[in-house]
Amino acid sequence: MPWVLRGLRDGVVTTRYPRRPDGYGALFDGAITVLSPAPAVDRQTGGDPEIPAGLCPTGAIFVDDDSAQTVRVDRGRCILCGRCVEGRPDLFAFVPDTETAGLTRTALVVPPSPGTEEETRAVRSELARRVRGLRRSIHIRHVDGGSDGAEEAEISALTGPIYDIQRLGMFFTASPRHADILLVTGVGTAGMTEELRRTLEAMPDPKVLVAAGTDAVSGGLVGPTYASLGGIGALVPPDVYVPGSPPSPFSLLHGLLLALGLLPDDRRTR
Amino acid sequence: MTGAALTVRMAPQELAEAVAQEVRSGRRFVALVATAADDGSTALQAVLASDRDLTVLACQLPPGVRSYPALTPLVAAAAWYEREIHDLFGLVPSGHRRLDPLVLPRSGEDLPRPGARRGPVSVELDVTGLPAHVVGQGVFTIPYGPVRSGVFEAVEYLVETVGEEIPHLRTRVYHKHRGIERRFQDLEPADAVLLAERVEGTATVAHALAFSQALEQLADISVPRPAALLRVAHAELERIATHLDSVIRHTEGAGQAVANARLHVHKERLMRLRARLCGHRFGRGVVVPGGVSGPPRLAPSEANGELGALQGALRADLHALMTTPSFLDRLRGTGAVPTQVATDHGAVGPVGRGSGLPGDVRADRPYGAYGHLGFEVATGHREGDALARQRVRLDEIGQALHLVRQALDELDETSDDEWRRPTPVVDGSVLSSVEAPQGELLYLVEVTEGRLTRVKPRTASFHNLAIFHEAFRGDIFTDFVFIEASFGLSMAGVSG
Ligand code: SF4
Repeated sequence: MPWVLRGLRDGVVTTRYPRRPDGYGALFDGAITVLSPAPAVDRQTGGDPEIPAGLCPTGAIFVDDDSAQTVRVDRGRCILCGRCVEGRPDLFAFVPDTETAGLTRTALVVPPSPGTEEETRAVRSELARRVRGLRRSIHIRHVDGGSDGAEEAEISALTGPIYDIQRLGMFFTASPRHADILLVTGVGTAGMTEELRRTLEAMPDPKVLVAAGTDAVSGGLVGPTYASLGGIGALVPPDVYVPGSPPSPFSLLHGLLLALGLLPDDRRTR
Repeated sequence: MTGAALTVRMAPQELAEAVAQEVRSGRRFVALVATAADDGSTALQAVLASDRDLTVLACQLPPGVRSYPALTPLVAAAAWYEREIHDLFGLVPSGHRRLDPLVLPRSGEDLPRPGARRGPVSVELDVTGLPAHVVGQGVFTIPYGPVRSGVFEAVEYLVETVGEEIPHLRTRVYHKHRGIERRFQDLEPADAVLLAERVEGTATVAHALAFSQALEQLADISVPRPAALLRVAHAELERIATHLDSVIRHTEGAGQAVANARLHVHKERLMRLRARLCGHRFGRGVVVPGGVSGPPRLAPSEANGELGALQGALRADLHALMTTPSFLDRLRGTGAVPTQVATDHGAVGPVGRGSGLPGDVRADRPYGAYGHLGFEVATGHREGDALARQRVRLDEIGQALHLVRQALDELDETSDDEWRRPTPVVDGSVLSSVEAPQGELLYLVEVTEGRLTRVKPRTASFHNLAIFHEAFRGDIFTDFVFIEASFGLSMAGVSG
């Protein structure tokens, strides 16, 4: 059968996101949340205030050093392994959220630490000023800084008909000289340090750096090692952080839109 | 149980000849693995396979001894292994013709090596010593990567042309070296399965499985039947997804836009089904030592229904693709790996099977539930070209769907509700293997006093990439995309 006819089957499959929320996000565990941020003072649940050391293999869970002892999760370190949910279901839960990207490292912490909002607001307006100069079509250059390969599979999905980032005016480009966004995956290996610097240098201003995936944000479970950093932030400060191991296509999309200031106002909270 | 590999110990001087003897008698060279001990000695283990089992030939280099007779001059398939061991352990295989750095280019011999028990905290790379840019009259080198257009893992290819000769392809894989093997040693055995999932992301389930099986073999436990079935379901869904990635790359390269778009949609449906079964699009967190983390979140009958619909859609589109002459023309005769080359190297997975080698761990050394489920190994393709590898993958997608449906059917009927058995951490050293989407995946795991003292994943990607250059005979530039896609390897799994 000719491909032309096959192509017309099944109708529209493309998501409407971000114009409308997409139901798929509700189907899988996109992020971790803290249910009861202050177990030490929560007498009702009778929860054990002590969070066992080693509960989280990446050290994403921490407790504030003050008297409130608020429990927080740094999603930038979280690899969504579910150990905390299994071990302390009274404290932690998965939430079906794919809008997980943030403009600062601290914006990835839940519940947000005091002051995060002001900091994020400042960063957002600075970034908005910078990207105002970008053309209508945005070119993305991808660089693998030492990923496990799953990130690349999810990024590739963005070009397929379901996510179809081309409809949003975004394209992957063959040349760094035409790139507006540098999308970096991986922990930041010694072997990619030079390549990353060179690519960034070759890009025209204004340029936006997106760290895609928990490995790129913090090293995740992998870095730092003798041959890699704990995320690419140790090399160049990213403008947008997209957690996830790997980040889902919707999270990646959220990160890219956040970078360009293209999200409806009520969702620009992080 | 795949763990009971026979180990034959010998003197370092005897290793190379003994391995060569095994290969001459028809065994397949699988791997060469080094392990450093606390006293400064280093063990070398050469793994060989017959049709049904693994044998290990082992020797011990005493403290201070850095050299042993090289295997490579007698068994060419050992070349990359000896280069890697030189990089990470500082051993010098005497008689190895080209001991160029592979995963960790540095300058100097007397360096602290990351493979040592107390290796360096950080290393400086020095790429100036790498063979490249062969200078001379009429020599051109065209570098490609590690950053290139499109979305690819980092790897660098150098196309070298000398006069009228067919260009030579050189592959550089150090860019992505993360030091993952040593990272295992920092982790608790129970957490390390999470790292195994991240060695090679497109083979997440396979790695978790191979690693978990190793701990299970040491503890001498078997996993509950429902767990074994769910493992098969996830491993085969992963195979389908990774094979589809390869087909999608082919359609992209051939400009088959409609096929490309439709396959993207099918792949996404598959990823969503995986996520509905376990909460994760890549099946991370499913396989744990002792079984699986829990029952499927989606009723097996419902999953089977969705799979049936997907199967119908896939079958029709793949059939249409494989009857599109302009597509087949691009693949036919492209990137041929002759059977002899594949045999000599011991090529594994779809690369081996496309060249007529029937090996498949699921059938040769059955593990988990594979021994009881019906499936056929994709044999019958021997042309060795991109088309043959593509046909292998399409056969395997069909068989994988069949396997998943059998597993889900049985899960649907069973009332058994045991998903995981306690797996005590038991000292010892063990080999475990599974068939990953890319081919045979091997884990060597050593536990000492309850700690992981050595974890070596040997990926099919690492093993097969060493003969990638053999597939380039014709026009490098037009064939490249198909040869790369049809090998279907993961650079993360190569660089380590
Ligand atoms: S899901 Fe895993 S990595 Fe994330 S916070 Fe919980 S324990 Fe840590």
